[in-house]
Amino acid sequence: MAWFEDVRIGETIELGTYAFTDENIIAFARRFDPQPFHMDRAAAKKSHFGDLCASGWHTAAAWMKLRVAQLKVREADRGINEPLEAFGPSPGFQDLKWLRPVYAGDVVRYTTRVTEKRELRSRPKWGMVTSRNEGFNQKGELVFAFTGHVFVRKRLSD
Amino acid sequence: MLYFEDFAPGAVATHGPLTVTAEDIIAFAEEFDPQPFHVDARAAENTLLEGLAASGWHTCSLMMRLIAEGFLLSSASMGSPGIEEVKWLKPVRPNDRLTLTRTVVESRPSKSRPDMGLVKFAFVLTNQAGERVATMDNLIMFGRRPTAVIGAV
Repeated sequence: MAWFEDVRIGETIELGTYAFTDENIIAFARRFDPQPFHMDRAAAKKSHFGDLCASGWHTAAAWMKLRVAQLKVREADRGINEPLEAFGPSPGFQDLKWLRPVYAGDVVRYTTRVTEKRELRSRPKWGMVTSRNEGFNQKGELVFAFTGHVFVRKRLSD
Repeated sequence: MLYFEDFAPGAVATHGPLTVTAEDIIAFAEEFDPQPFHVDARAAENTLLEGLAASGWHTCSLMMRLIAEGFLLSSASMGSPGIEEVKWLKPVRPNDRLTLTRTVVESRPSKSRPDMGLVKFAFVLTNQAGERVATMDNLIMFGRRPTAVIGAV
């Protein structure tokens, strides 16, 4: 998937896995989401979550980490010197769901599937790609999902 | 302690400000979103963002921190099932000073759980120039205020 024209609707891409640990859960929570059940195992055991679990934004950021890594690998395979050059920023997302807690020790497998692509009248050099993105824990349970949008560059015309 | 009953529809509050530095932007992006416009100020100049800008997930995480420190840590929060919508409207730049405004859109007691209520918020994140950089619409679940027992000794 290099340019807008190459984006295929319906293809599910495996992005790999991210291991949530006490250390990375607490480090993220300390910076951004200092609620007791993300910071302290003893406090978490007394909460409605029952054990130390990741901030929902940590779960989301891990999807992005794997998405970017996967794009870089794909571009490297194709021998393109400017990885990611086709991908622009995102205007936002909808329908993000934290379906189950992600606990310390969980390994989440993330995917992305293009659901829509459209031309942009306002930006003729770019298109908009919409994807449904998901994360599953090691038991195969869906823990995370959202619908994201990203600007993707059209093939450069000579 | 803030309970479900403390979030009346129409209520507005402001949290922050919080300043984000170039180091913060690059550190977050190197860990979670290493696209050129989030990690490299020079490379970022030739992109749609026209300069270094925070990852949208970093912006969301900063909203989370403003929410946590602003009111969630002193509330009977029971978590959030998710986010209806986030819009990243303008780039968040190095040294931006961010303020979060929250408005209660609606609130209703849970039908299945009498000890809980759901509050729908509209959050708006603005920078030091008063520009809206992001909006977020989502539900947060809160415990109900314990009722005082009249006549208890």
